[in-house]
Amino acid sequence: MEPVIELDKVDAGYPGATILKNVSFDVRKGEVFALLGTSGCGKSTIMKHMIGLNPVLGGRLKVCGMEWSDRTRARLCRKIGVMYQSGALFGNMNCLENVMLPLEEFSRLGRKARRERAMALLADVELADAAQKMPAEISGGMRKRVAIARAMALDPEVVFLDEPSAGLDPVTSASLDNLILKLKSEKAMTFVVVTHELPSIFKIADRCAMFDKSRQAMIALGVPAELKESSEDPFVRNFFSRGECHV
Amino acid sequence: MALFDSMGRRWLALFKGFHGNLSFLGETTKEWLGMLVHPGRFRFGDAALAFERAAFDGLPICGGIGFLLGVILSFQSAAALQQFGVEIYVSDLITIGLFRELGPLVTAIILAGRSGSAFAAEIGTMKVDEELDALTTMGLPPVRFLVMPRVAAAILAMPILTIFAELAGLVGGAIVLEMMNVPNAVFWRHVAATADTFMILFGLGKACLFGLLVGLVGCSAGMRTQNTADGVGRAATAAVVGGIVSIALADGILAVICYAWNL
Repeated sequence: MEPVIELDKVDAGYPGATILKNVSFDVRKGEVFALLGTSGCGKSTIMKHMIGLNPVLGGRLKVCGMEWSDRTRARLCRKIGVMYQSGALFGNMNCLENVMLPLEEFSRLGRKARRERAMALLADVELADAAQKMPAEISGGMRKRVAIARAMALDPEVVFLDEPSAGLDPVTSASLDNLILKLKSEKAMTFVVVTHELPSIFKIADRCAMFDKSRQAMIALGVPAELKESSEDPFVRNFFSRGECHV
Repeated sequence: MALFDSMGRRWLALFKGFHGNLSFLGETTKEWLGMLVHPGRFRFGDAALAFERAAFDGLPICGGIGFLLGVILSFQSAAALQQFGVEIYVSDLITIGLFRELGPLVTAIILAGRSGSAFAAEIGTMKVDEELDALTTMGLPPVRFLVMPRVAAAILAMPILTIFAELAGLVGGAIVLEMMNVPNAVFWRHVAATADTFMILFGLGKACLFGLLVGLVGCSAGMRTQNTADGVGRAATAAVVGGIVSIALADGILAVICYAWNL
């Protein structure tokens, strides 16, 4: 499968604070790829580089064949969709307006067509009946679903999900996992998921990359079940077997 | 050594703040220029909402403060002018004072306290909730989406609030002078004779400038909100303090220009 995202010897972090060094992997078209590790290991930082919020400190990062720059930003923004940890819905718009926003700004659809498209997206995430509700009136899980619908509005090539299970009860978290699998199979979309929830990783991730804060490096890359069984790194085995990282 | 370290850090923070403000100003200017080419991109709905909150919701407080300002000015100046039997000139004094200086200045300070802090808190909360990041990754510049409607609302709200405050101040002055046996008709005749078109337009121009400053400072503070527990509170404080300081600075510069050009 062709790579949608390629990282080649990337140094991740912020100016003056390198968090991860020499990270290389690729994300293939149509897969669910998980970024794993304990809190503060740099998985969200890597995602921020991928979605163009922060420039990489070193190495090369390509998304859909392009590097982030002022020249490519507008094109790349239409090729990705992002669901943030809190949902990041706009509080002064109802759910339907939130989903319609990218369509209003970037599509050439008429008002009625935009509305129909947004309603279809809300139906995909099983929230058609919450279209007129404000973000403050719906639960955290529902907000994340609306955020996924908004992220998919422009038919992006990659959808990034930042900790989709965070703050959710196990039942809601599992239903969100099912939704990701459904969207993956129905729309053939690529997903990059930042998470540390083990049940979710084993259920949805085709492949994963794991990072370690103390070594400032990517320490594993592969299929989660295989890494659990056969990784030579005790940190990785511990993470997958117990969810703990004491070596 | 610690002293130099501390001084260095302060200078660095000051430089970073200056750099941040400068790039914010550059980005805002770029977006305004872009809007001239694509006026349809302006978010009129958001601007209308911000205008409603800044202008109409601010009318009672501006009217109240303006009225009290008129009353206070009248009492304070009447005490001196009564000694010479010319208390009628209180009307001239408060007309000039309100239209040229105090009307726009006091209204702008109220706007900085009400709307400047609100702009900073709204945008700051959105930043903490990652909504600004969401806009950026959707390819929507936060400046166009959040800053421009609020700045436009502040610019448009200021003249309305200023006129309202000035009229309320004149009413306050009329009541005080009525109590001092100066008939209302005489008071308003003096007001009409003193307030020329240039004076009124100059005051309203100042009001628009102050509105621009309050809007820019408030939004800039919101955009630079730190992701900490007290980040939004600090941003709101910075918006009010920065807004008042910038208004005072601009007013001082205008006063010097007026003196130099004999305006």
